[in-house]
Amino acid sequence: MILTKAQYDEIAQCLVSVPPTRQSLRKLKQRFPSQSQATLLSIFSQEYQKHIKRTHAKHHTLEAIESYYQRYLNGVLKNGAAPVLLELANEVDYAPSLMARIILERFLQEHEETPPSKSVINSMLRDPSQIPDGVLANQVYQCTVNDCCYGPLVDCIKHAIGHEHEVLLRDLLLEKNLSFLDEDQLRAKGYDKTPDFILQVPVAVEGHIIHWIESKASFGDECSHHAYLHDQFWSYWNSSELEHHHCCGSSFITAASQCHLT
Amino acid sequence: MAAVLESLLREEVSVAAAVRWIARRTQSSEDSPGEAAVLRSLRPLRKEFVPFLLNFLREQSCRVLPQGPPTPAKAPGASATLPGRPGGPPRGGRGARSQLFPPPEPPSPAAEAPLARRGGRRRGPAPARERGSRGPGGPEEGVGGESLPWAGARRLRGSGSPSSPSLALCDPPNLSNLEEFPPVGSVPPGPAGRTKPSRRINPTPVSEERSLSKPKTCFTSPPISCVPSSQPSALDTSPWGLGLPPGCRSLQEEREMLRKERSKQLQQSPTPSCPTPESGSPLPSRTGSLTDEAADPARVSSRQRLELVALVYSSCIAENLVPNLFLELFFVLQLLTARRMVAAKDSDLEPGPGVLESVGSPLFQSIHDCVFFAVRVLERQFPVLSYLDKGTLKLLAENERLLCFSPALQGRLRAAYEGSVAKVSLVMLPSAQAVSFQPETDNRANFSSDRAFHTFKKQRDVFYEVLREWEDHHEEPGWDFEKGLGSRIRAMMGQLSAACSHSHFVRLFQKQLLQMCQSPGGAGGTVLGEAPDVLSMLGADKLGRLRRLQERLVAPQSSGGPCPPPTFPGCQGFFRDFILSASSFQFNQHLMDSLSLKIRELNGLTLPPHEPNDDEGEADVDWQGERRQFAMVLLSLRLLAKFLGFVAFLPYRGPEPPPTRELQDSILALRSQVPPVLDVRTLLWQGLRARRAVLTVPWLVEFLSFADHIVPLLDYYRSIFSLLLHLHRSLVLAQEREGEMCFLNKLLLLAVLGWLFQIPTVPEDLFFSEEDQSDGFQVDAVSSEYGLDSVPVVDQQLLYTCCPYIGELRKLLASWVSGSSGRSGGFVRKITPTTTTGLGAQPPQTSQGLQAQLAQAFFHNQPPSLRRTVEFVAERIGSNCVKHIKATLVADLVRQAEALLQEQLVAQGQEGGEAAQLVESLCSQLCPHGAQALTQGREFCQKKSPGAVRALLPEETPAAVLSSAENIAVGLATEKACTWLSANITALIRREVKAAVSRILRAQGPEPAVRGERRGCSRACEHHAPLPSHLISEIKDVLSLAAGPRDPEEGVPPEHLEQLLGQLGQTLQCRQFLCPPAEQHLAKCSVELASLLVADKIPILGPPAQRRLERGQARRLLHMLLSLWKEDFQAPVPLRLLLSPRNVGLLADTRPREWDLLLFLLRELVEKGLMGRMEIEACLGSLRAAQWPEDFSEELATLFNLFLTEPPLPEPQLRACELVQPNRGTVLAQS
Repeated sequence: MILTKAQYDEIAQCLVSVPPTRQSLRKLKQRFPSQSQATLLSIFSQEYQKHIKRTHAKHHTLEAIESYYQRYLNGVLKNGAAPVLLELANEVDYAPSLMARIILERFLQEHEETPPSKSVINSMLRDPSQIPDGVLANQVYQCTVNDCCYGPLVDCIKHAIGHEHEVLLRDLLLEKNLSFLDEDQLRAKGYDKTPDFILQVPVAVEGHIIHWIESKASFGDECSHHAYLHDQFWSYWNSSELEHHHCCGSSFITAASQCHLT
Repeated sequence: MAAVLESLLREEVSVAAAVRWIARRTQSSEDSPGEAAVLRSLRPLRKEFVPFLLNFLREQSCRVLPQGPPTPAKAPGASATLPGRPGGPPRGGRGARSQLFPPPEPPSPAAEAPLARRGGRRRGPAPARERGSRGPGGPEEGVGGESLPWAGARRLRGSGSPSSPSLALCDPPNLSNLEEFPPVGSVPPGPAGRTKPSRRINPTPVSEERSLSKPKTCFTSPPISCVPSSQPSALDTSPWGLGLPPGCRSLQEEREMLRKERSKQLQQSPTPSCPTPESGSPLPSRTGSLTDEAADPARVSSRQRLELVALVYSSCIAENLVPNLFLELFFVLQLLTARRMVAAKDSDLEPGPGVLESVGSPLFQSIHDCVFFAVRVLERQFPVLSYLDKGTLKLLAENERLLCFSPALQGRLRAAYEGSVAKVSLVMLPSAQAVSFQPETDNRANFSSDRAFHTFKKQRDVFYEVLREWEDHHEEPGWDFEKGLGSRIRAMMGQLSAACSHSHFVRLFQKQLLQMCQSPGGAGGTVLGEAPDVLSMLGADKLGRLRRLQERLVAPQSSGGPCPPPTFPGCQGFFRDFILSASSFQFNQHLMDSLSLKIRELNGLTLPPHEPNDDEGEADVDWQGERRQFAMVLLSLRLLAKFLGFVAFLPYRGPEPPPTRELQDSILALRSQVPPVLDVRTLLWQGLRARRAVLTVPWLVEFLSFADHIVPLLDYYRSIFSLLLHLHRSLVLAQEREGEMCFLNKLLLLAVLGWLFQIPTVPEDLFFSEEDQSDGFQVDAVSSEYGLDSVPVVDQQLLYTCCPYIGELRKLLASWVSGSSGRSGGFVRKITPTTTTGLGAQPPQTSQGLQAQLAQAFFHNQPPSLRRTVEFVAERIGSNCVKHIKATLVADLVRQAEALLQEQLVAQGQEGGEAAQLVESLCSQLCPHGAQALTQGREFCQKKSPGAVRALLPEETPAAVLSSAENIAVGLATEKACTWLSANITALIRREVKAAVSRILRAQGPEPAVRGERRGCSRACEHHAPLPSHLISEIKDVLSLAAGPRDPEEGVPPEHLEQLLGQLGQTLQCRQFLCPPAEQHLAKCSVELASLLVADKIPILGPPAQRRLERGQARRLLHMLLSLWKEDFQAPVPLRLLLSPRNVGLLADTRPREWDLLLFLLRELVEKGLMGRMEIEACLGSLRAAQWPEDFSEELATLFNLFLTEPPLPEPQLRACELVQPNRGTVLAQS
C-alpha cells in the first residue's frame, strides 16, 4: 500500500508532542481508521524519534538528571505503586524508556562503587528483575512496557519486522523469478555495507529502474532516506529509487512488490 | 642565515615556528612574541634559509666524509651575492646581515678553522681553477663518459704535493661533460645574465681509481663509486681540501662572507682576543687514520644540536621546501653509510667556551654524529621509506647501524619490508619489433600516386635496414652513427618530397618509437607494450627466475646518481641520432605535429576509474590490468613528450646561456613571439583541474627537461614553472585527506618535479624565489571529484620505471653491504656472467623464446583484430579461470576445513583452542592442495579458450590460423591465470579458511542450547501464521495493560488471551518469519504472562464484578503456556523468572492471596520436565532471602514446605493445598 506524502504529513501533524503511549496510539487509530496499526505505529515512531533527537541533549544535562532523580525519589517516597517515572517522562516530554534509563543509571551510580557499564544497564532494562531495588524495578518495567517508541521490546519488534519483510521479500523475488544476491552473499563477497538484496538483473517498476531493495522496519521518510542513502548505498545507487521508496511504510515491500514486481 | 640556525640552536626559536617561517605561512599564534621578533628581524633572509641549510649540511658532511664530496645542493642563496647579479639582494643587506650575528660570541680558533681552511683554499688555487674551467668548458652533445678535472688534481696531490693543488688544476676541464649540457659549475665571465649559470651543484671529486673507470655523468650527486679505496694512503691526507669542487664556490662565498662578518664583529668587539684567521692559515692537520669505523650511539658528540638540525631539516623535507626529496634522502643515506672519517685533532674539535652550540663548530664531528643525524632524519621520513621498493627496504632493515641507533625504526622498516609486495624489477629487454604493415593507412589509396606509394615502401625498407644495422653495431666500440648511417638517412629523407609522404613516414617513425622504447620495463630500450604477453608464454615459474637473473645481469650499474641529466637510453638513442642525422626541417615539423597530436590524444584518454568496492579477489586481476593500462599510457606520453621537447627545443639548444644581458633580452623578445609547439600550459591547467596531475605532470616534466636556457625566462613557460612549483609545495606527503592524491602518486610527482628542478637549464633560483607568490595556487578542482589523482594508479614498479634514479638509494645501501665498492667504480656483483663466444651477437635461442618469436611473427602477418581478439579472450578466460578456481577448488577446501574443524571441535570437546592456531593448523593441512589450482587452471583455459576464439573470429578464418590463434590464446590465458594463482592461491585459501573458522566459532556461540537442532516448519506449512512482530506487539499491549496505568474501561477480553496463545503456537510452529531475538523475547513475554496469570493481575474486560479471570480459565491458559514451552519453543525459556522476587512479589499485592495456581504451575513444570525439582527448590530458597511483609514470608514458607513434601511421583492436582485459606482446597478440587 502506498501512502501519499500528504497523508503522511497529516498523520505526522497529529503527533506533535504526544507521549508515546498505548493511549496515544489508540487515539491515533480512532482518528485514522483506514490506516493499519503497523503503519501508524511506524509513523509515530519515526516522528517521535525525530522529536527525541532534537531534544535529547537537554534531558542529559547534569542538572536535568539530578532534578529528575530527585523528583523520582520524592514521588516513590509518597507512593511507590504510582506510575511516578512514567508520569515524570510524560510531563517533561521525554520517552519513558529513556527516562527509565536515566534514572536507573543515576540510581546505580549512587549505589554501586563502579559506574555501571552500558551492557549492565541494558540487561537490567530488558529484565528489570535484575534491578536491586524492587520499587525501581517496577517503575522501570512500567516505563519500558508502556513506551511504544523506545525500549527493548520496541527494538525487538522493529528488528522482527525487518527480518519478516526480508523473508517476505525473498519469497516474492523467488516467486517472480528475479535473480538476486542477498545480504549474506554480498557480505561473503566482501561488501562492507550492503542492502538487503541486489538484483542481478535490474527491473523497471513504474518507470523506475530498481537495482537493489532494502527493507526497513522504520518508515522511509525523506530525511532518514537521505541519510540512509548517503551512509550505505551510494555504491549501488544507479537510479531514481528515491522517490519510489519514499513514503512507503513498513508495509512497502510487501505491497510494492506484490503490486509491481510482475 | 647562520643567524637563524643560531637562534634555533640557542632555542630562541622553536623548530615549528622556524619551519612555519620558512614556509612563509602567515604568522601563527603559536609563535611566542619572542620568536616572532627574532624571526621578523630575519625576514629578508628567509628565502635563503633552505639553500643555506642544505649547503651547510653538505659542507659539514664534506668535512667529515673525506671520501665523499657533499651531495650537492642548489645554492642560490649564495649566488645572490654574486657581483653584478641583477635581482640579487641589495648590497645594503649585508649591513643588516652583520647584525644578525650574535655579538657577544667570542671567536674561537676551532670555530674558525673550517672557514680559514676554506678561505685559504679559495685564495689559493681555486680562482685559477675556476677561471680555467670557465673557459672552453662548453657543453657538447653526445659526449658520454668524462673524467672530471679534479680527478687529475687528485692524482697530482697523490704524487706528493698535498698542500698545494698547484696549477695543475687548470687542466682543460672540458672533459667533464654531461650530455648536451654545460658543465655544471662554469661561471660565465663578466656580469651574468639573469640566469646565473654557475654550478649550483657540487661535482664529484673522484678517487684516483675512479678516473680510470668511465663513470656515467652525475652532476648532482657523487656517484656511489666515489667511496674511497680501502687502502688508507697518503692520498687521503688532505682528502677534501683540494678536492673541493668548483661547485662549492658558492658555498665558499657564503662561508667567506660569514667569516668576513665575523671578523668585522671582532674588530668592533672590545676584546679582539683572537686573530682573525686570514689567508694562509695552516690547514688543520688530519693525522687520524682512515679505517672503517663502527658507529656507536654512545659516542655522539652533541646530540641536542644534531637533533635540532635534524628536526629542522626533516621539517623542510616534509614541507617540500627542498627541491628534491630523493636527493636529500640520498644524502642522508650517504651519511648513514659513511665509512670512515678523518679524525681531526682533538684541539680542532674542542669548541671554545660559548660557541659550543653555535653554527661555527662543526656539526658532524665523527661518524657517530653522521649516523645519528641520518637516523634521526630517516625516522621522520619513515612514511616515504616505507613506500620504497622491497629491495631497498630490506637493505635498510638489515642495516646494522640503523639497528644500533634506532631499533624502533628498524622494527618498523622490517615490518614494512615484510608487508611489502613492491618488488621492482629494473630489467630492460631490448628488442626491435618492426611495426607491421598498417592496411588502413599504408595502402595505395592513401598516396597521391603510384610513385609516392612506391617511394614510401622503399623508405620503409631503408628505415628498417638502418634500424637493423644500428641494432647490430651500435654497441661496437668505434662505431659512429653519423658515419655509419648518416648519409643513408639523409638520402632517404631527400626522397620524401611530398608533404604526404612525410606524414606517412613520421607515422611510421612514431609507431616504431613507441613500439621499441615504451614499456613497463623502463626508460631503456625495452620491449614494447604487447611483447611481455608473448614473452610470458614462457611459463610463469621459469619466467620469474629468468627475469630475476636477467635483471642482475642486465640492469645498469648506475643510472648516474640520484639526479641524472636527461638521456636517451637504449633504443631511444637510435631515434635521437636519427633525428639529428636526418636534420630535415620538414621531418622535424611533421614529427612535432604528430607527437603533439598523439600527446593530446593520450593525455585526454579516459582511464577507467577504479571501483573501490569491487569484490576483491578476482577483481585484482582486472585491477592489475587497469593499472597496467595507466602505466602504458603514462610511459607512452613521457616518451612522446621527451622527443617532442627534444625536437622542439633543438634549434635553440646552445651550450650556454647568452653571454650578455642585452643579447638575452633581444632573444627573449624574439622568442616570446614564437607560439609554443604544444599548448602545455593549458593542458597542465586542465590536468590540475580535472585532478589528473598524476598523468599530465610526468610527461610535462619530460618535455620541459629539454628546454633550453631561455625557455624558463619566457613568460609562458615561467608561469608553467611557477604552477609546477606550487604543485610541488602542495604535495605534502604527510597530509592524507579524503579525496586527496594517493601517496605513491604524490611521490611520483615529487620525484619527477625534484628531478626537473635540478636540470641545469632550469635556473637555480627558480625554486627558492618563486614561492613568494605562492598564495595564488588554488586550482579549483571543481569539475571531477574523483580524478585520477585519488586513484592508486601508481605502483612502485611505475615509480621506479619513471624515476630510475630512485634506485640509486638501493645501490648506495647495497654498496655499503657489499663492503668494498670503491675499487671497481661499481658494485660488487655476486654473479659474474660467463659468456660464450659471440656475446651480444645472438641471444641464446631457447625453444620457448623461439615460440614467442613465432607468435610475434604470426600476429605480424594477420589483421590487428586477430591479435586483439586473442588477447581479449586470453584476458577474460584468465580472469574467469581465477573465479572458477575460487568457486570450485577453494570452496571445496573450505568445506573440508569446516569438516575438519567440526571433527576437531568434537574431539576436543568444544575447546578448539585459539582461533588463530586453528586457522594455522587447517591451513597447513589444506594449503598444499592449492597446488592443484595450477593444473585445474590450465585445464580450464585449455577447455574454454578455443571455443571463445572460434566464436569471435570470422567464420572464414583458415583452419591453420584458427588453431594457432587458439593455441596462443590458451597459452596467454594460462599464463595470466597461473601467474595470479601461483602468487595468490595460498593467501586466498588462508583468507577463506579464516573466514570459515571464525564463522563456525561464532555460530558455536556461548549458548550451546541455541545451536541445538532447529526444526523448520513442516512441508505443508503455508506460512500463514501471524507474524512474530505482531505477536510481540500484542503481548506487549497486554503486559502494559497489566502494568498500568490504565483507563477504567480498558481490559482484555478473556477470549483474546486464549486466541493470543493459540497464535503464538502457530507462529512457533511455522518458523518462516521467526528470528532468534524475536523468539527469545516471545519466550520472556510468555513467562511474564504466566506470572501475571498466576498473580491474577490481568485486567479482564467485562462487567465490573467479573474483572478477574476465572480460575478454570487461568488454569487452561497456563496449560497452553506449558505446552508451548514444552513443545514449541526452540529458544531457551527463562522459566526461572517465574520465581524471581519481582514476579512472585506480584502475589503480595493481591488480596486475598491465591497460591494454588503457582503451586500448580510449579508441579506442572516439574512433571513436564521443564524445570528440575532441585532447581525450583533453589529458587524458592533464594526467594526467602528477599525482604517481604511478615505475613507474606510466612505464606511463602508454607508454600515451600508444601512443595517439598510433594512426593517425587506426580499426582499433583488431587492433593488439597492447605495454605492460609481453607477454601483453597475446594477450589483446587473443582478444577
